[in-house]
Order: sequence, then structure tokens, then C-alpha cells
Amino acid sequence: MTSTTASRRVAETPAASAPRPAIRRGSRRRRAATAGFHTTGILISFAWFLPILIVLITSFRTFDDVAKHGIASVPKSFTLDTYVQAWNQGGLFPALVNSMIVTIPTVILSLLLAAAAAFGLSRFKIPFRRTILLIMLAGNLLPVQMLLIPVTRITQQVDIYDTLGALIVVQVAFGLGFYTFVLYGFMRSIPHELQEAATLDGAGVGRIFIQVILPLTRPALAALGALSFTWIFNDLLWSITLLQSSEKLPITAAVLSLQGQYVSSWSVIAAATVVAAIPSTIVFLIFQRSFIGGLALGSVK
Amino acid sequence: MTTSTPVRERRRIKVPPPLVFVLVLVPFLIEAVGVFWPAIQGISLSFLRWNGIGPATSVGVQNYTDLFSDPIFLTALKNTAIWIVLFGGISFVAGLGVALLFQSERRGVAIYRTAMFLPIVFSLVVTALIWGAFFQPNGVLNNVLDAVGLHDWTRVWLGDPDTALYAVIIAALWREIGYVMVLFIAGLKALDPSVQEAARVDGASAWQRFRFVTLPQLRSVIMVVISVLLIDSLRSFDIVWAMTGGGPFHSTELLSTYMFSTAFSAHALGYASAIAVVIFVLAIAVIISYLVRALSEEKES
Repeated sequence: MTSTTASRRVAETPAASAPRPAIRRGSRRRRAATAGFHTTGILISFAWFLPILIVLITSFRTFDDVAKHGIASVPKSFTLDTYVQAWNQGGLFPALVNSMIVTIPTVILSLLLAAAAAFGLSRFKIPFRRTILLIMLAGNLLPVQMLLIPVTRITQQVDIYDTLGALIVVQVAFGLGFYTFVLYGFMRSIPHELQEAATLDGAGVGRIFIQVILPLTRPALAALGALSFTWIFNDLLWSITLLQSSEKLPITAAVLSLQGQYVSSWSVIAAATVVAAIPSTIVFLIFQRSFIGGLALGSVK
Repeated sequence: MTTSTPVRERRRIKVPPPLVFVLVLVPFLIEAVGVFWPAIQGISLSFLRWNGIGPATSVGVQNYTDLFSDPIFLTALKNTAIWIVLFGGISFVAGLGVALLFQSERRGVAIYRTAMFLPIVFSLVVTALIWGAFFQPNGVLNNVLDAVGLHDWTRVWLGDPDTALYAVIIAALWREIGYVMVLFIAGLKALDPSVQEAARVDGASAWQRFRFVTLPQLRSVIMVVISVLLIDSLRSFDIVWAMTGGGPFHSTELLSTYMFSTAFSAHALGYASAIAVVIFVLAIAVIISYLVRALSEEKES
């Protein structure tokens, strides 16, 4: 939808400026503009990449090298011990496992529940459906701080405090409103003829949902899936609120507490930082297009 | 199901089957129990004095009146305001700037855009650690200042009450500007290019085209970006917590971090709930305007 307008604009630009009389001067000016554009682009990108690059390089340097020459110096050493140390003593592996135990079920459950709600609200005349949708969205916009103390109390009362299960339940409940809102907008645009044809063929509500609507919602589900994976994987606040035992901490919280232990050893912290950033970067690279589409989904639609 | 007369109108089944209500109600109830019920509890907690273990005493609005004679709360309030203006304001302007620069599809632009929004996939903790390496006493910034002979300018950026807040804001900006850029690029691509072309033919300068053609057309995206930035500013927690924990001497304390340490370090649950309610009250105007927009767009289509 957006890419067609973009390519149209690209196609129009040369055609519109071609009939100008001073072609040579125009083309020279355009060449200067292009050079300026790329210079600015390269400078900005370099500035944005630089912090990542420094951490990557630091993570492969020895403690002595960094301590002696400083982080900004030209590296004079190469080591993988930093990763070994972070992995073994920093407990990064169990932390990554914890993150996955929380993130994967949360993403699947939230999308499934949100898709069900969006399906009911967008395809059937349910009384007060607009009100229900807005109430659900409002829940997602609430500041999390309001929920921290009461949710901690409730998890203590039902005896799931300090468990990964508590994190899953809370994150599912909190994310549902936004996902439902986005999926609702998407499902509403699916033609009704498809649903009617399936109904005439004798398909029930469950089959229409699973076999007709869900497959057509796949692009939105992919976008939301990639987004919510990074959101939940990257969460800090809920894990430090609901978890107490350090061996249950997901990677984000674990890396932060590692920083306290290895205050002076920047290369180990850098290695841990790189490890913590890898899973969401992989998801981003695989789903790059849907990911960026997803970021714009909730707002522009 | 009821009739088979071909009607071109959108036709929905009169009374939805019971399964549809189940599909909508289950997610709705999960959100009600996991979000709305605790939110209401949070409000009622704010009228109590309670340490979480002993009996709670009702103190009426005293928590709220105490807030305004609490110097740390007032600092946190001031810092939150600075955060909204600097973090929100610079994200907006810079995000719009890079969106205008990188909006059209041309060679190399994909790389520049990736550089801008790659930080979005990193968690705020990872962002904090990356920038920690930058601002540490023997970090990148001081190394560079030393190397160019500006030793007098070096300082403990995150340990100095005069600079800590701004150092944290720079780190937060690095991650937010790309996100704002994505929102604006999506908005810019949805615009009709022929209007731009018409203005160009009429001899409007680049600035005039931006000021009188692009900006008015972008109005609804601008509103979205402002609400997103306001809500993000009020919610900001992770990056401050990971970089400074609110210190030194509360100089980077935001309402969100002060609420967290009041609740989970000082165990003043009633007082912390009152801070959470203040955050909610500040956010409510944004939430309502966002919902009104969502509702009107929903009705339009």
C-alpha cells in the first residue's frame, strides 16, 4: 500500500524535472545535492552505529588492554575469554532460557487471545463492541506504575509470586488491548463475501476463524509477533518487580545485575550486552519488513 | 444462515452464535482481572499507610498532601518535565528531520534508515550499558576529550548531578529518534505526491512546501507522535534505572523511578501508590485524546 505510492513518486521525479531548459546546470546541482545527501546520510549512520561498534570491539578485548589504553583506544588484543566468563560465571545461559520460557508463550497466547477478541468484535454485531474495544485499548495505555503494587500483592495471594508463570500472565493481560485494537482494524478490512461463502458451505464460527480469517490476518500477526517478541524479551520492569530469586531472572535483568558484579571489567559487561542483544536482533533481521510495518501499524491506521 | 438472497449491502448474522461471545469475553475478562482490577486497587491503596506486612491504616488524602512538601517528589516532578521537553521535543524534531531526509526511496537510503532504527530492537538495558561505556569515568567520551587536550572538560558524567540527567537523555534519544522517524516516514508516504508537485509548479520554495503543504497534511501523524512521546516519557523507567538508579542525589529521579524505589525499597506502599496515581493523572489527558481519535477514525470507516 505504501510502497506503491513511494515508487510512483520516484518514477515521477525525473519526468517532472526533465523539461527544464538548463539541463546541464540542473544536473550539476543535482549531483551536488546527491553528494550532500550521501555525506549527511553516512555521517548520521556512522554516528548511530558507533556506540554499537565500540561495544562489539570492546567485548573482544582483554581486561588489561582496556584498563591500560582506555575504551576508545585502538584494540591491541583479541580474546573470547570475555564471552566464556560472562557465559559461565555471569549465568547468561540460564537467563536466556528464562527469557525464552517467558517470551515465547506470552507472544503466542497474547496473539491468539487478541485475534479471537478482534475476530468477534470485527466480524459480528456484538452489542457495545466499540466500547469494549476502546476499554481494552485504554487498559494498554495505563501507566504500568499503577499496576506494580497491586499485581505484586495478587501474585503473592495466589502464590505465583517469584515464578516465570506470573510474568507470562501479567504480560499477556497487559498487552492484549493493543494487539486486539490493531488486529481489529486489520480484520475489518477482510471482505465479508469470504465469510458468507464459508457460512453457506456450513462452516461454523470456529472454522471460519481458524480457516478463513486467521490465514488472511497473517501479515498483521507476523508484524505484531515480531514487535511483541522484542518488547517482552526486552522487558525489565516486570521481571524486577515480580521475581526475587536471581536464578529466575530473564536476560535483561540478569545483565543489569551482572553490571554490579563486574563494575570495572568493561569487556565482560560488553560481551554480556552483546549476548543480550542477539536474540531480538535476529528476530528483527528475519522479520525486518513486518517489524517496521508493525511499528507504524498502531499509529497511522 | 437465515436467507440466501444476494444482497450487496454488508450483511451480518442477526444474533451471533454463543461461541463468538466466548471468544470476546475470555480476553476481555483476562484484561479486566489483570489490568483494571489492579488499577482500581492501586487507587484505593493510595489512601492508606501500609508497609505491606503490618495492618494498613487509612489516612485519607494525606499521602497526596505529603507529596507536595516532599523535596524528592518535587525534584522527580521537575525532572519528568525536563524529560518530556528534552526527550520528547528533540525526538520529535530530529525524528521528523531524518524522516524528511530519508523519506524517498533512493540508493543507499535503506542502510541509513536501518542505522537509525536498529537501536529500537535493543532493550533499554542494553542501550544503558552501551552508553555506560561511553560516559564512564574512563569511558569513550573522557578518552576522546583527553586525546584532544580538553582534559579539563572530563568528568564523571553519570556521577555528577549537573550532567547525569542529560547523559541519560542522550542515551534515550539515541533509541527513540529512529522510532519517531519510522512513524513519520509512514505518514509521509501516505501523502498525495501530486499536491507537492502542484506547489512546486506554482513556485513554492522547499521551506514553503514543507511549512504550508507537508506539515498541515501530516497533522494526524503529528498528533499520534506527540501522544506516543508523552506516554513514553511518563513511562520511562528502564533506562534511568539501569544507568543511574535515579541518583546521584536524586538528580535523575523521575516519577516512575521514585515510585519504584518508594514501593520496593522503602516499602511505603500507600505513598508509592499516590505517586503512581499522579503519573496516571498526568497521562490521562493524553490517553483520552488518543482514544477519542481512535473512536472517530473507527466511526469514519
